[in-house]
Amino acid sequence: MTPELQTAAYIAAAVLFILSLGGLKDQESAKRGVWFGIYGMAIAVLATVFGPGVAIDATLLISIAIGAVIGAVVAQRVEMTGMPQLVAALHSFVGLAAVFIGINSALNPPHDLPAAERVIHEVEIFLGVFIGAITFTGSIIAYGKLAGKLGGKAMILPGRHVWNVLMVVASLVLLVIFMGGHGGTDVHWALYLMTVIAFVIGAHLVMAIGGADMPVVVSMLNSYSGWAAAATGFLLGNDLLIVTGALVGSSGAILSYIMCVAMNRSFISVILGGFGGQKGPAMEIEGEQIAIDADGVAAALNDADSVVIIPGYGMAVAQAQQSVSELTKRLRAKGKTVRFAIHPVAGRLPGHMNVLLAEARVPYDIVLEMDEINDDFPSTDVAIVIGSNDIVNPAAQEDPNSPIAGMPVLECWKAKQVFVSKRGQGTGYSGIENPLFFKENTRMFYGDAKASLDKLLTLIG
Amino acid sequence: MKIGVPKEVFKGEARVAMTPDSALLLQKLGYECLIETKAGAAAGFSDQLYKDAGVEVVKTAAALWKAADIVAKVRQPEAPELKRLREGQTLISFFNPAVNEEGMEAAKAKGANVIAMEMVPRISRAQKMDALSSMANIAGYRAVIEAGNNFGRFFTGQVTAAGKVPPAKVLVVGAGVAGLAAIGTSTSLGAITYAFDVRPEVAEQVESMGAEFVYLDFDEEQTDGAATGGYAAVSSPEFREAQLAKFRELAPDMDIVITTALIPNREAPELWTEDMVASMKPGSVIVDLAAEKGGNCKLTVADEKIVTKNGVTIVGYTDFPSRMAAQASSLYANNIRHMMSDLTPEKDGQINHDMEDDVIRGATVTFDHEITFPPPPPKVQAIAAKPKETAPVKTAEELAAEAAAAQASAGRRQIVTLLVGAALMALIGLYAPAVFMQHFIVFVLSVFVGFQVIWGVAHSLHTPLMAVTNAISGIIILGALLQIGIDIPIVKILAAVSVGIATINIVGGFMVTRRMLQMFQKS
Repeated sequence: MTPELQTAAYIAAAVLFILSLGGLKDQESAKRGVWFGIYGMAIAVLATVFGPGVAIDATLLISIAIGAVIGAVVAQRVEMTGMPQLVAALHSFVGLAAVFIGINSALNPPHDLPAAERVIHEVEIFLGVFIGAITFTGSIIAYGKLAGKLGGKAMILPGRHVWNVLMVVASLVLLVIFMGGHGGTDVHWALYLMTVIAFVIGAHLVMAIGGADMPVVVSMLNSYSGWAAAATGFLLGNDLLIVTGALVGSSGAILSYIMCVAMNRSFISVILGGFGGQKGPAMEIEGEQIAIDADGVAAALNDADSVVIIPGYGMAVAQAQQSVSELTKRLRAKGKTVRFAIHPVAGRLPGHMNVLLAEARVPYDIVLEMDEINDDFPSTDVAIVIGSNDIVNPAAQEDPNSPIAGMPVLECWKAKQVFVSKRGQGTGYSGIENPLFFKENTRMFYGDAKASLDKLLTLIG
Repeated sequence: MKIGVPKEVFKGEARVAMTPDSALLLQKLGYECLIETKAGAAAGFSDQLYKDAGVEVVKTAAALWKAADIVAKVRQPEAPELKRLREGQTLISFFNPAVNEEGMEAAKAKGANVIAMEMVPRISRAQKMDALSSMANIAGYRAVIEAGNNFGRFFTGQVTAAGKVPPAKVLVVGAGVAGLAAIGTSTSLGAITYAFDVRPEVAEQVESMGAEFVYLDFDEEQTDGAATGGYAAVSSPEFREAQLAKFRELAPDMDIVITTALIPNREAPELWTEDMVASMKPGSVIVDLAAEKGGNCKLTVADEKIVTKNGVTIVGYTDFPSRMAAQASSLYANNIRHMMSDLTPEKDGQINHDMEDDVIRGATVTFDHEITFPPPPPKVQAIAAKPKETAPVKTAEELAAEAAAAQASAGRRQIVTLLVGAALMALIGLYAPAVFMQHFIVFVLSVFVGFQVIWGVAHSLHTPLMAVTNAISGIIILGALLQIGIDIPIVKILAAVSVGIATINIVGGFMVTRRMLQMFQKS
């Protein structure tokens, strides 16, 4: 295959990738969109394999075969509640590949480059490896936190900002050393040392970010993995890599932005970790948490005409989505309006709740976004909060001193009655007291979400 | 202590202040219950039922008044009953204290403590003993039923084989408890229901019951009903005129008019004038729930049903609750029972007449040889909060100026950003080689395309978006493919590993995306 034909194939692949992402504007076109992506990838890979400079040998075929089998098995087996972990793990692979390719490129530099281009090339190697390394360890840590293998809480070292700055400065110094030696074998140690430092930066960065901020972290790493691919594209002079990397990078950046807006936090404050300092004493909460049993909830549901369910991470943890779906089905069969209200940061991944509900066969047209449903709460008879906390916290609107003040929240307390399914008393991930639980029209339905709902199902026939 | 309930002596009164059910609960409070024989008969409760509930049936009123420490009844006590009061006895009843000077004097002279059920303050805590509301609810319901009884057509519209029936149009004037009950009954029978009230804040309640609120083209500042304890206040003459004009306009169209407008301790206001009655269609019905206080319509004759010359029936009954004696008795008996449980905090069958308690103080009209009417204003303030101060509304010009300023500053920001961007580009262009610049164009344009495309992605598809970007960022496999042929062992190994993990991304990412998307199903 000639280089010209290969370029033509790359153009086709790039267009197909754009169509694939554009297809995600709604559920139906998305199903077509995935095929565009698959075709694009097939064209790109085949054009490269059969293009100039690639030898088809056993190593290549075996690597592809192993990767394909692992990928297929993982994709078949993964639980929908485990999606955040999977996404994080896949990010880490892109980062690791970027590191390897960058190092390879240093080990086998292109010959006879003009001076200016060589400088650029060396910077590109450094940049590619740096971003790749941060993505790799950051994603590994994120994976660990999401999979529950590491503690979910933010781990904050003393003077961590200083450490970060020092490490970045050290990387820059190493870059200068690397360029001073013209990227020869005698200065490769600078590249390796920088790689190690970048690994530490990535891990340190994500360690310091706590549970409720994980959606931002995951989308941020998504962005990084794109930029890593783009940097590799510059390094290799491959436009398709640049295009695709830029698409993925901007996608992740937008997702992070949307998540930050949904939490009323600046991107910087999330990345630097921890919630902003308390601005004053939190508002006093009056009243008490009143518990209710399944009979009471069932009676209220039987009387209600319109029900809104607000799922959160707790639903995912308890694997309660099937029970929620069954409840929805039964209530709808009785002619009641049942809808779902999804906060943008519900769960540990952007859109996590939508996927879980879809898995449980809840029709997507009754699953609504915050802005679509927030005005409807006053005319809602019953709102059921299942395992969410901060996203329904009225303190965000009522208490200017609350750490989440100004964050848009689902105004479920405006419904005539609110039931909160919750494991027990106590605060959520962010450790913020929730006045919703103390409101007059709120009843606490304590217990594991799945067990509670299953008990409820026996009472709603 | 003993609670006794005599048979009502007022002619035609069928209600009774204790039911077998309420007697059981009173006994739980520690009281013994007595009832005069046949007291519940008119409401459908036989002496046997009371006996079964553990109530002692007493042969005569005199014996009952003598034996009971607490007497509960419905109607305002008449002179012979007042004579039977004795020192230390407690009487719980409607008492109409505002116009019942003699009654209070008599009770004071006898040394009896009187709790007047109509004086229970309108605060949330006291709703369970608010007998006016529970009786008004019944009156509102019954008013519609009486109207239907005297109205020759259906309430609901029907299209039948025998012809089309238009729905009846009902106007309810005054949306208090009785008015709202009437609205609810009327809409559930299928009539087109309109409602009016001088308190505009009840419009929402009216609409929630399925009726249409009749608004006046009048913008005088209205007193919030909450400030007067939830009752209507007297309105200005101009307002009254606007109101009557509206009624005049509606009168010819209405089939049934139910008036419930009462102002506490006053004659009922005249709202439905003779000319309105004259303009109504023959066969129409007016039910005047204010008949006892003179009526909202001057043609109303209290306790009677009359038919005007032009064939409009005017119902002026004053005993609607008594016409539903079983229901009214059970609700009233519950009100009494709740009053008793507030009077018996220890549940020991001993009355604790706590004059510090807002509700009990408010309802007590004579206590310990003193007349304690009218009560001081309650310590707990009433139902609704004050109207919110609305933010000053900005004029159109101000808004336009603000918008223009915002536009201008956004424009300035954009220009600055572009200038900085251009300067950066120029800087890169000065130093970077041509090859790099070519790739750089591609990069910048792709970022732009990416931003444009991703903004359109549905929120619900963010997880599939991440999975699919996972898959396509596996494009990094291209780099590894180009390196795998290089014959340096370490390079080959690293490249092979890269190919492998990038393939995991590609295959895994696409497959999991497909799996997810297939789950999204429309209902």
